[in-house]
Amino acid sequence: MFSLENETALVTGASRGIGRAIATGLGQAGARVVGTATSGAGAERITAHLEEAGIKGFGVTLNVTDADSVSAAVAAVTEAYGAPTVLVNNAGITRDNLLMRMKDDEWDDIIDTDLSSVYRMSKAVLRGMMKARRGRIINIASVVGLMGNSGQTNYAAAKAGVMGMTRSLAREVGTRGITVNAVAPGFIETDMTDELNEAQREALVGQTPLARLGRAEDIAAAVCYLASPAAGFVTGETLNVNGGLYMA
Amino acid sequence: MSSIEERVKKIVVEQLGVKEEEVNSEASFVDDLGADSLDTVELVMALEEEFECEIPDEEAEKITTVQQAVDYINANLE
Repeated sequence: MFSLENETALVTGASRGIGRAIATGLGQAGARVVGTATSGAGAERITAHLEEAGIKGFGVTLNVTDADSVSAAVAAVTEAYGAPTVLVNNAGITRDNLLMRMKDDEWDDIIDTDLSSVYRMSKAVLRGMMKARRGRIINIASVVGLMGNSGQTNYAAAKAGVMGMTRSLAREVGTRGITVNAVAPGFIETDMTDELNEAQREALVGQTPLARLGRAEDIAAAVCYLASPAAGFVTGETLNVNGGLYMA
Repeated sequence: MSSIEERVKKIVVEQLGVKEEEVNSEASFVDDLGADSLDTVELVMALEEEFECEIPDEEAEKITTVQQAVDYINANLE
């Protein structure tokens, strides 16, 4: 029910953090996995990590803000294993600032990398999924896109955009056997949240019923579920994985 | 080798699941053959494969009947 045998997964931003855990989880469930990183060194790390974990797959370099780079990455997957049947749009960045101090490039970079990338990647894999009459697109959103966060107007806008896009695309391609869902992580222990100071961490944990920050594996488990046959009747959904910090 | 028109009609029959006799040259994919917008996208994808070409989106949007598809392929290929 949860097996991903014969699936080919493409995971963006897989060299560390949540993306790395997702790539590992999908691979352990039986999928072939191609992970992307912005640098050649990152891609090599992914290849080495997958090999070490006994997972069939490799890393490729990808700049999600560049349409040609997106086409090349999808072509690389297709050449190796056939068209991707699972896409996980995980790559993302933050550039926090108060709105009144925010620079145009801080705003634009986040929208381009965190939101427009989902458009580019989804468009690039949908052709193959339409032909195959099946597919899974899983977008990594954020609790911040639901509850807001001071200093993250750009990130919250992008992530809320991802969730709206998820619901619309789910309606567009449902008749072709393709599901589109989102996972909205709460605060997860990664390089991204290492920037939080001790007081911020304590405040967050204090507001979280499960009284801890999340682990990357918590998110990977949700993604593996949505990618699996078990989630065949779930589409357009945002799965909150946040320890109860926010309940929609 | 069958004619371009025959090849186009065969694809339309396969993609839209309609009967061969319904697919006359003037038939509109949406109005006469019951295609929805996503079907027309898939139809263009199938034409691209059959004729080994890439049909740009702005051209694809103008192809709404069997004859328009045949004309486009005649004008741009072979």
